[in-house]
Amino acid sequence: MHLRSYLQIAGLWIRAAWQYPTSFVLLAVGNGLITALDFVGLWIMFAHLEDLAGFALHEVALLYGSASLALAVADTAIGSVERIGSYIRTGRLDQMMTKPVPLLVQVCADQFTLRRLGRLTQAAVVFGWACTYVDWTPTRVLVAVSMLVSGGLLFFGLFVGFSCVQFWTTDATEFANAFTYGGATVTQYPLTIFPREVIVGLTFVIPVAFVNWYPCLYLLGRSDPTGMPEAFQFASPVAGVLTMAAALLVWRSGVRHYTSTGS
Amino acid sequence: MLHVAIATRAFRRYSTYRAATLAGIFTNSVFGVIYSYAYLALWDANPTAGGYDAQDAVTYVWLGQALLMTVALWGGGTTDDLAERIRTGDVAIDLYRPVGLVGWYLASDLGRAAYHLLTRGVGPTLIGFAVFHISLPSSPLTALAFAVSLVLAVVVSFAVRFLVASTAFWLLDQSGVKVMSGAFAIFFSGMMLPLVLFPGWLGTLAQALPWASYVQVPADVWLGKHTGADLVTALGFQLGWAIALLAACQGVLRLATRKVVVQGG
Amino acid sequence: MSVTEPLIDVRDLERTFDVRRRVEGRRRRVRDSVVAVHDLTFSVAAGEMVGYIGPNGAGKSTTIKMLTGILVPTGGRVRVAGLDPSRDRVELARRIGVVFGQRSTLWWDLPLRDSFDLLQKIYRIAPGRYRDNLAKFVDLLDLGDQLDTPVRQLSLGQRMRGDITAALLHDPEVLYLDEPTIGLDVVSKGRLREFLRALNEDRGTTLVLTTHDLQDIEALCDRVVVIDHGTSVYDGSLAGLHAEGGSSRTLVVDLVDEAPPISVPGASVRRVDGPRQWLSFPAQASAAPIVAAVAASYDVADLSIQEPDIEDVIRQLYSRNV
Repeated sequence: MHLRSYLQIAGLWIRAAWQYPTSFVLLAVGNGLITALDFVGLWIMFAHLEDLAGFALHEVALLYGSASLALAVADTAIGSVERIGSYIRTGRLDQMMTKPVPLLVQVCADQFTLRRLGRLTQAAVVFGWACTYVDWTPTRVLVAVSMLVSGGLLFFGLFVGFSCVQFWTTDATEFANAFTYGGATVTQYPLTIFPREVIVGLTFVIPVAFVNWYPCLYLLGRSDPTGMPEAFQFASPVAGVLTMAAALLVWRSGVRHYTSTGS
Repeated sequence: MLHVAIATRAFRRYSTYRAATLAGIFTNSVFGVIYSYAYLALWDANPTAGGYDAQDAVTYVWLGQALLMTVALWGGGTTDDLAERIRTGDVAIDLYRPVGLVGWYLASDLGRAAYHLLTRGVGPTLIGFAVFHISLPSSPLTALAFAVSLVLAVVVSFAVRFLVASTAFWLLDQSGVKVMSGAFAIFFSGMMLPLVLFPGWLGTLAQALPWASYVQVPADVWLGKHTGADLVTALGFQLGWAIALLAACQGVLRLATRKVVVQGG
Repeated sequence: MSVTEPLIDVRDLERTFDVRRRVEGRRRRVRDSVVAVHDLTFSVAAGEMVGYIGPNGAGKSTTIKMLTGILVPTGGRVRVAGLDPSRDRVELARRIGVVFGQRSTLWWDLPLRDSFDLLQKIYRIAPGRYRDNLAKFVDLLDLGDQLDTPVRQLSLGQRMRGDITAALLHDPEVLYLDEPTIGLDVVSKGRLREFLRALNEDRGTTLVLTTHDLQDIEALCDRVVVIDHGTSVYDGSLAGLHAEGGSSRTLVVDLVDEAPPISVPGASVRRVDGPRQWLSFPAQASAAPIVAAVAASYDVADLSIQEPDIEDVIRQLYSRNV
């Protein structure tokens, strides 16, 4: 039911963007270029090495591709939640509260854009290529699918949760970027580049390690270099659901704070 | 002097965002840590990549983070004010003194850059120094050269941002161009990866573009990679782009004055 | 919900804000609280048309926010259609319509029609009902030619009418209007008022109108609640308001020649400037006998009547209640 409202609102925004086809195409192309640059960076890096922290190019590509896919999907879905501060300031949030649709759905669907499709395609290509090197078994297929879905949930939760900072402060919002974009950046690399303490943090505090690292260890048939329990490699859905739940709680709390203190 | 007053006022304006600055230093530091480990892994696999050693590389990371806001790599700074004034049409008033406009915004941006240098420049650098092994300039001359290089970097960056903001005269909205420009800046400034790693023609191209002035050149000056005549060439490179781009700004402004599209109303 | 229970029920409503104020001599800001609304009690029965007026900063928008669930009260109780607005926001949203004067809720780049269609889906309006309502409002509000125009190209008046349509498509029980006629020309104002009156008569939609425009109030509202400094200082009929406020109307008389201050029963001279004199008389009294008396005894070139300013009325009211 919420999904239907979301899709209805998102659909309207897509049609609105389509009123300016040239602008839309330009932005899409622009975004495509930007993601291409991202990938070129990765390629340049591997021009200088055989492997990174013991991981070959196709292995790093698996990590990079799966994280990017999950991020692209999550990013498309959460839409403008990062801009909630400006919605508060302009009174748009109040307007949304007069409509019979849950607030989070409206905020996420607002200014829905398909621009991120460029990143999604690139990620899919990279991931697809990396997948050709994987020794597939039925379990591994399951794990891969669950990895992508859970990754999406994790990033969704991460971004929504940290964007809620804006309910409490308008100034220090960049603080959240360290965790949201920082978390996303971290998933591009094999986590062995980090000391053990950091990996522990990325497992139990900001659980982005479950986005791709642990499942990929299973897909690549590698034993965990940091000696974490093998069960983690199957635990992504748990991490995804827990993160989402935490994010929704934070959201609820944020909205309550907003309605209790006014803007 | 007028321009000093403008710069001081901009400095003071930006210094009121205390919470945002602290949050920014935190974020810069987190990214500094992440990239440091990434580069350490890279140089572990290839200890002399790009002519750098591991310590150079880690120093480079923190210099990048320090320069990120100072040079306004992602865009923004005082040129956002310009874009806004173009959008509302208020710029029509400003255009009657075209000679002053570029200088005005430049002075303002330098004031802003000074603030960001002292806070989001120095802050993360200190943290990087505490947590990792980073190298400092080897001599007072190097430090001085770095300072010069830094100022030139801000000027080149300003000119590019000014041109981006000016697209608002024709496109009514700078945001699309701004995002693209920011992405190119991240890539070609050496922020994403040091330009010295770029192979072949890509590397040559990247080191010739103005964006190289933002991070790569100042960083190399700091690291002592440019000495003697080479140092003069490097600074000259920045200066050349600064002059060329500022001239372009004046040119664009003259075009815009003739074709002012006022939005709103 | 029984028939006798009011649609909107506000009791001892209170809303305090914590603010940080700059204080002389102290570096950090001091925590302080501002009482925006206090001891506010009133109720609105279904089908009423209520004007909710007061000076700027009196607490009007704070009250409306609490009625629509955007803000939680810090004290007291509010029920709309039996629901607690902040707890049952989504459910209540189906039964109310809100029109903000300055901001439009329509989608800027799309034709009006598309915004309405989306609202149909969001409010889950039955297709038949939606078609009927749309046709009716478009006809009454004269929007027929604008349905396919992008909202950003509409004039202020057209957009306002679009917003009102958007707020009414789902047959809300209550319609909150915030400054609906601001910026409209005289003709549009008149038409809009007629429309709202008809809406109330035909469908029994309860109207809560916040406005500074006294003529809006006079045209539309049987009842007026005046709020000042966060609490209600008057709750009753409009005529009663003038009486209570001791407000006076002014008869501006332009005599042919200068003359000493006019003396007629029921009015007193406030000001003389050459041949022009300003006479004031109680607001609820008729101007007719005074005009007749003046015309009978003096050579009158022209005259006009000035209505009392709502701000003056309220100010007087408050100063008398304090």
